[in-house]
Amino acid sequence: MADEALFLLLHNEMVAGLYRAAEQGEGENGRCTTKLESMGFRVGQGLIERFTKDTARFKDELDIMKFICKDFWTTVFKKQIDNLRTNHQGIYVLQDNKFRLLTQMSAGKQYLEHAPKYLAFTCGLIRGGLSNLGIKSIVTAEVSSMPACKYAVV
Amino acid sequence: SRELFVLTYGALVAQLCKDYEKDEDVNTCLDRMGYGIGVRLIDDFLARSAVKKCRSYSETADMIAQVAFKMYLGVTPSVSCSSAAGNEFSLILDKNPLVDFVEELPAERASLCYCNLLCGVIRGALEMVHLAAEVTFLQDRLKGDAVTEIGITFLRKAEDRKHKRN
Repeated sequence: MADEALFLLLHNEMVAGLYRAAEQGEGENGRCTTKLESMGFRVGQGLIERFTKDTARFKDELDIMKFICKDFWTTVFKKQIDNLRTNHQGIYVLQDNKFRLLTQMSAGKQYLEHAPKYLAFTCGLIRGGLSNLGIKSIVTAEVSSMPACKYAVV
Repeated sequence: SRELFVLTYGALVAQLCKDYEKDEDVNTCLDRMGYGIGVRLIDDFLARSAVKKCRSYSETADMIAQVAFKMYLGVTPSVSCSSAAGNEFSLILDKNPLVDFVEELPAERASLCYCNLLCGVIRGALEMVHLAAEVTFLQDRLKGDAVTEIGITFLRKAEDRKHKRN
């Protein structure tokens, strides 16, 4: 329980710290998002390794995505993904209606423009997890109304 | 999911090492981030633990070690008072969860305080309860010392607090 608060605070500090440094220095905003995403990537790789040490082999892509939605998301964010959609041709959309990292921020349209910064790390997390399970992907996120958000995996 | 926190922290330190060449800059950055976390964490801590007001510095140090560290990191450092005036304490950690996945510091980063975030957190949290303190690492296992030791020096005298109670 308490760990969650710690991670939440660390994550928010990271985002704030990186952007602060970017403002003072020469880096553009795009680079901050990349840095956050690559950090998430590393963490995702490590986490997936530890979680799947003892689980059985996955049958196919869909199985892997279901694992990410249920077990992985539960371990990281204490809840499952609310909705998983796919076009069966390699594109998956994960929808979380009450994304933990955004619930503290707002409950509607306020601060919408700042949301992407906070989603970059999680995009990297998903991408890292998938890459260690053998799937190369690109993950993007979109937020229409906090705290719900959608992750598109290609 | 402490692993998530530990892994994220590791990735953060790695990124900071890439961004800043000097160890002191990384240390400062970690301390500053820790401060930002500490000023918010204290609210969470007080809400979860519902402890009563500490009446002395040594009670405060005990509280940090036995309740807060246990709650957030799952370890209980031992506290010892290291000054006659009663305002310098050290917390001795023989198990530091933040370095679970770290074997040793890379050669070119010899003066990196890997866990400097912790110092900032303690400092920020104490400041929010109106206790100014200096927090630093006195010993660090990653640098070859036997244990990891954090030193807390309270900067104001205890008499101030007695006045407030009246």
